Amino acid sequence: MATVHFTPHLMRFFPLPPSCTVEGASLLELVQGLESRWPGIAFYLLDEQRRLRENVAFWIDGVRYLERDPARGTVAPEATVHVMQALSGG
Amino acid sequence: MAISNDRILLGTRKGVFDVRRRQGHWRVDAPQLPGQAIAYAVRDPRNGSIWASLDHGHWGCKLARSKDDGATYADVEPPKYPEDAGATAKYYWVIAPAPADRPGEVWIGTEPGGLFSTKDDGASWQLNDPLWKMCVEQKWQGGGRPGAGIHSIDFDPRDSNHAYLAISCAGVVETRDGGRSWAHRNAGMTSVFDPNSTMDFGHDPHCVVMAPSRPDVLWQANHCGVYRTTDGAASWKELTKKPLVDFGFPVGVHPTNPDVAWLVPMQSDMVRTPVNARLSVVRTDDGGETWTEHVEGLPSPAYDFPFRHGFAVGGDGDSLALGTTSGNLYTSDDGGRSWQCLSNSLPPIYSVRFA
Repeated sequence: MATVHFTPHLMRFFPLPPSCTVEGASLLELVQGLESRWPGIAFYLLDEQRRLRENVAFWIDGVRYLERDPARGTVAPEATVHVMQALSGG
Repeated sequence: MAISNDRILLGTRKGVFDVRRRQGHWRVDAPQLPGQAIAYAVRDPRNGSIWASLDHGHWGCKLARSKDDGATYADVEPPKYPEDAGATAKYYWVIAPAPADRPGEVWIGTEPGGLFSTKDDGASWQLNDPLWKMCVEQKWQGGGRPGAGIHSIDFDPRDSNHAYLAISCAGVVETRDGGRSWAHRNAGMTSVFDPNSTMDFGHDPHCVVMAPSRPDVLWQANHCGVYRTTDGAASWKELTKKPLVDFGFPVGVHPTNPDVAWLVPMQSDMVRTPVNARLSVVRTDDGGETWTEHVEGLPSPAYDFPFRHGFAVGGDGDSLALGTTSGNLYTSDDGGRSWQCLSNSLPPIYSVRFA
């Protein structure tokens, strides 16, 4: 299972731990896993067209994922994923 | 519940400020939803709920509501564009509780041009398909914001199926059947930014308000001037008189006298600061034929101004409020003839509504 680390900025909206483990082979599956535990969080990370929000940054094993299609973001079984506010959002 | 004269809700860059007047003195307390950008805040006169549109930026726009008169807020599942709409909500620009004969119904105008409504007090939202179809097929463009946006919603108090929207940049649209169909109502407007300046649609009204006492009268601050209609938007009459009745964002109308209205003049679309760097409010008492400028209590020099939702008229028509881009808040008790500064240190103010 991947380990997901959250920005504290997201914790103001959901009772998130600093990190958790989530099942999923792609970023989309990880987000869906998070949604099942914290309903509503998916709409903070994805827009209505299921694209990653422009100013939310995802890092997979230290490499920033630059595409907006979360289904194409491959996540290895023991990956480390960071969810951050991008500086581009101000 | 009537709109009061003693309570103002501010949507600001850093929260909702609930500003109240007690024993004749206004007081600005700490905000609710602190640190969060509030595009718009409004109190529902039917039940006292306060709706707030949140512009989270990174996390997308969201919705919150207070059911305890502003003491606490809870998230409300926000409107979302359906997958087949091919769009995503960028901004919930205006929130309009429907008239009393439509309990549980609220409309939200959004960027990129869609109108959402709930009939179950926010439990679910529906995109207005006929209007969205117009937006897509007619390719409405943005004005002020990257995408087209609905910023003004006016329900006819005589008939809740009858309403107007103002959209940057489509113009004014009207429905007479509760939103099942829409028609452009831009006759008389001239938009110099388009070679086809009197086109059927594509205009940029900055703010449109209906005169509550005579709903066929609507006032409009437009990117290209000032307009008024007295025939329910079948036609618009231009009232532009440079330099003070020309470019600006908000417009206010008296609750019981449709001939009384206010504007906050700005230099021009190229220089968006107050005329001659002096913040002023202009008032007409004769339907726009003549205007009087009022500056008492307003600063000079001044380089900030109100956004389109930054001016409000209280229930008595004498209580006014003006909030600016730099977080300055002013009130008037005499219909705009003189003003008092309540604060110079608020966050940027996006909306001002008497509650």
